[in-house]
Formats: sequence, structure tokens, C-alpha cells
Amino acid sequence: MSKMTYREALNQAMVEEMKRDDRVFLMGEEVAEYNGAYKVSQGMLEKFGPKRVIDTPITELGFAGLGVGAAMAGLRPIIEFMTWNFAILALDQIVNAAAKMKYMSGGQYDVPMVFRGAGGSAARVGAQHSQSLENWLANVPGLKVVMPSNPADAKGLLKASIRDNDPVVFIENEINYGDVGEVPDKEYIIPLGVADVKRAGSDVTIVAHSRMTGFALQAAEILAGQGIEAEVIDPRTIRPLDENTILASVAKTNRAVVVEEGWRFAGIGAEISARIMERGFDDLDAPVIRVTGKDVPMPYAANLEAMALPSVAEIVQAARVACGKA
Amino acid sequence: MSAKQKSEAGITHDGLFFPQERLHEIHDQMLFIRRFEEKAGQLYGLKKIGGFCHLCNGQEAVCVGLHQASEPTDYMMTSYRDHGHILARGSDPTAVMAELLGRSGGIVKGKGGSMHMFDIDRNFAGGNGIVGEQVPVGLGFGFSSWYKDDGRVTICIMGDGGINQGAVYESFNMAALWKLPIVFVVENNQYAMGTSLDRASAETHLFKRGISFKIPGMKIDGMDVLEFEKKMREAMEHARSGKGPMLVEAITYRYRGHSMSDPATYRTRAEVDEWRSGRDPIARLQAQMIDAGLATEEHFKQKDKDIKQQVAAIAKDAEAQPEPDVSELWTDIYNDPIENAYPYPGKVN
Repeated sequence: MSKMTYREALNQAMVEEMKRDDRVFLMGEEVAEYNGAYKVSQGMLEKFGPKRVIDTPITELGFAGLGVGAAMAGLRPIIEFMTWNFAILALDQIVNAAAKMKYMSGGQYDVPMVFRGAGGSAARVGAQHSQSLENWLANVPGLKVVMPSNPADAKGLLKASIRDNDPVVFIENEINYGDVGEVPDKEYIIPLGVADVKRAGSDVTIVAHSRMTGFALQAAEILAGQGIEAEVIDPRTIRPLDENTILASVAKTNRAVVVEEGWRFAGIGAEISARIMERGFDDLDAPVIRVTGKDVPMPYAANLEAMALPSVAEIVQAARVACGKA
Repeated sequence: MSAKQKSEAGITHDGLFFPQERLHEIHDQMLFIRRFEEKAGQLYGLKKIGGFCHLCNGQEAVCVGLHQASEPTDYMMTSYRDHGHILARGSDPTAVMAELLGRSGGIVKGKGGSMHMFDIDRNFAGGNGIVGEQVPVGLGFGFSSWYKDDGRVTICIMGDGGINQGAVYESFNMAALWKLPIVFVVENNQYAMGTSLDRASAETHLFKRGISFKIPGMKIDGMDVLEFEKKMREAMEHARSGKGPMLVEAITYRYRGHSMSDPATYRTRAEVDEWRSGRDPIARLQAQMIDAGLATEEHFKQKDKDIKQQVAAIAKDAEAQPEPDVSELWTDIYNDPIENAYPYPGKVN
């Protein structure tokens, strides 16, 4: 094991896959000469040259579509969006082209590509740069949606995404880029669609992805001090969703809290809690509780911003309610 | 006539020689597309073809000219007005008709319909339903040829409505920046749905739209198949030789409405007649061939009968096919099987 940051782990994943397969290339704004707006592609231009690490103009729709066409023609593009906020400009290509091309062509054309970049809220950048849009993308059949919560997962999942033959939406977390964690030295792949139990527990299941996994783990520590053992599950892949791991945990704990940074209305938490209700109803001793971002555009003021996001305290409180101890 | 003279029979147009056999091939392809589209219109009227159905009657010279000017290995993609192009490309017409009818033998298994036809074996990448969407995708195909240095050219087709999309200019910029081997073709049929060119476009000389990206443009008569092929070959050569993209504006006209649901009341009968009787690409080629002594009127009459029969038989064969198997609903979404990944209670099939 080696210690490295989340951004270094992502970098390693891309470097290893580009060395392995010369069809893989990286394209996006500032990925080459600037080394990446968040330095995820640090040093890659030097390693692979300007034909495989390519700076683009600021035209998300155009270069997202370029990735789709290149993938259809047999390459394996990694298209970096500086942040997913800007990828909204490219939604036509992601949703209307990448996601549906295989189906609309009767299986003739695969679109083996990765759209990746920073998602989630940043710090005090306001409403247009702080949003979690994974529910939009996970709603679309044909797309896979991956959201790693730590460096080791980031590397293993990104490698799996690059090798995947379908279009993968890979949403990193802006705040997590500097997080340090243990990453295996040997080559490894984390298959898409497999959740991870980040902490075992018997009293309540907390499902949380991306940055919220860390919040859930902090909440679990506090809960443990209060005599409540929480099991924390990180789905890692939003679509396909590893429902079985979540249901198995709920069968053990009989209580569930679902946490997400995104908006509450029609969010990922709504999907997960509906599935627990549909298939795990008999295991439940209490209603599933959602802890989510508030249904407001992200405010700038520090106190309001903190209120708009889920907090560790809210997760602790929700778990206590689920356990009948509030 | 000696054997040698016979083999040299043909028409020389602006320096490009079209031998007799190829003239017949070009003619027959255009006529086939015309009759195929008319049949499609009929079947739509009978409600056997559903959804949107955009016919290309009048635009056949562009479809056939593009195909004749390109290599089978070149990539091609277009908008939702795709039947003529995929037929010109050589795809199985029964499969195209079956697709229109939503049958099991459809070219995309009944999953695409009129607007979304693909044929990977002929490097035909759609059939794309969103105006302008295919242009960035075409950029990607061109990029792949640049990346692999495979000598292919991408023909990326759009309409006079599509060219106003921002996605097109984003693509122009990158294609020119990296000198990608792409020929952007605008089928200027004068109307973007019901909006005439001059009501939608500030610059109506669409071939000039690449100027600010340093993309050279060419305006070509899209109702004259020989002229179109000649100029299109020059555009292809430009792109293939590494000089970067080229923008071709094909001046053409659609005889029908935007789609089958459009009665096209925004145009005068006189205007339509002027194009139909004065500039029709099929009649024009027939006249040229008759003038050159390469065919007779009787030949074309008989040919028309034959093609109509052929199209009728194709429609019959396609209609006789069953609808797609219900299991097809769940295939081709992901490469991994999804059946087990998304079970839910109460699932009925």
C-alpha cells in the first residue's frame, strides 16, 4: 500500500490505462499544458504527448460529442469536464447521443468512453458551481454513473470505467481531491456495480456516496459513542446500483438512513429508499430517513452554505430517529 | 460502333468523365430513392409507418452524389432525414423499409425508426434525431481518423436549420484547429421545418459560415448530380490530403413538407412547381443521357416500372415480417446484461 491523494490516484488510473491501451486518450479544457484545472492530469502531456492529451477550447458540447464519435469509431476517449456544472452545456451529447447510441443503432455502435470531472459543492463558489447532478444522469438508461469516495476506490473504479464498453459518467468530488488514503501497489480493478461496506454495524444502515461517505463515517463514530452501531455503505456506483448489498445490510440492522449531497426532490436518496421499501419492507422497523442537500440554489454566505449542505450532525440525528432514540 | 468506342460512351461534365454504366447506376439509385420515399409516404398515410417520417424527395442528387464521391471506408452521418442517404450508401432496402414499419428485420432491429438508422458495415453512423447533434459526433469520427491516420474522410451532413446550432460552430472550430479530415455538407433545402432560410439565417450564403474558422466553402447545385459529384470529389480530396475540413453547401429543395405531418402551406405551389418541373435532378439526368444518346425515353419508362415493382415487393416483404421479439426491449442498453440488475416486484415480462 502507498499513501496518495485522491487526485494522484485518478492520475495513476489514467496513466496506467493509457500505457496499456493506445486507443485511450484524454481531452478537455486545460488538461494538457496547464496540467488540469485541479491537477488531476499532472504530467500526462509530458508522458503521452499532444496527440493523446489534448487541450480543447471552452466548448463542452462540441468536445463531448467529439468523444462520442471517436468512441463509435473505435477509440476510448476520456473526456474531462472541468466541473460537472459545465457539463450541463454538453447534456445533449451525453443524454441524446452517448446514452442512446447503442440502443438506437440496434446494438451496432458501442460508445466506450468516460466523461469525468469534479462534481458536488465546492467552497463558497455560489449556485452555479456547487451542485450534485448525479440524479439527472443516473436517470438515463445507457449511462453508468460512478462516484468514488476515497483514493483507492477512485483508482480502481476509474480503471474499470475506462475499460468498460459503455459510456460512463465518472463524478469526482472537488473537495476530496486533496484527501490522502492508502492505495494498493499492485494493479487492481474495482468492478462497477459493487457497493462497499465502509464500516460494519448492527443497529442502523447508513447509505452514502461520494463526499457524504466521509460524513457518514464521522457520524458513525459519534453514534458509536452513544451506543448505536451504524453500518456505512458506499454504493460507489449509482447506476448500476448494488441493491443487494444495501438490502442485506437493512435485513441485519432493520433501519436505514440515506445521505446525499444533492437536492432532496427526486434525488438518489429517493431511489434508494424506494428500493428498500419495495424489496426490504418486511425488514424495516422504521421508515427510511433521507438526509439531503436542501432544495435551494447554493448560497454564498458561509453560514447559509453550511445549512444548505447535509451535516454530520444531521446524519447522527437521523440515525437516532431511525433507531427510536431521538 | 466499335467495342472500344462503346466502352468510352458517357458524359464529360466539367472535365470529369462519367461512363455510361455509372450514369445508369447514378440514375437508378436516384430513381430508386424517389420511388422508395413515395412508397414510404404512402405507407405513412396508411398509418403503417409511425412517428416522424422525413422524406427527401427532390434531394436525391445530394444523396447519390455524396455516395459516389466517397469511398466505402469513409464515414458518413446525417440528421433525421436519413432514408435517402442510407439507401445511397448501399444498405439493404428491405431492412430500411422494415425499420420504417417497426419490424424485426429492421436495419436497427425496430429500435430506431425513420430518424435513427445506422449501418456500421457501411460506416453509416446515423440517422440522428436532434438538430445539429450529429455534427459534434462527426467531429469525433474525423478526430479518430486523424488519431489513427487511417486516410478516411468523414462526411457530416446537416440541414440549413442545423447549421445555426452552436454545436456546429464548436465543431467547425475544433475541426479547423486540428485540421481534421471532414467535409461538412449542408443540405440547403430552403426551409428549416416551416421557417424559410432568410427568416432564420442572418447570412444566407451558408458556404460562407466557415470563413471565421478558416474553413473554405463551396456552393454547389444540389439538383445537378454530375455537378454535385464533381465538386464533392474536390472537397473530399481537400479533406483527404490533410488540408483540413471543407464546408459544402448543396442547394436543393424538398418537394414534400418537413415531415409527413407537415402540409407545407408556407410555400406557394408555383415555387414548388418551379423546382419540381424545372430543376428535378432525375429528369435532368435523363434528358442529359438521352441527349448524349446513352438511353431512350422508353428505357427510362421501363426502368421506372421495374423500380416501382421492386419497391412494392420490398414493402411487401418488409410488412410480412413480424414485429420485434419482446425480449428486444431489454437488449442493447448496456453491454452487460441488465435483467438481473434491475428486478422489481410486479414485473410482468
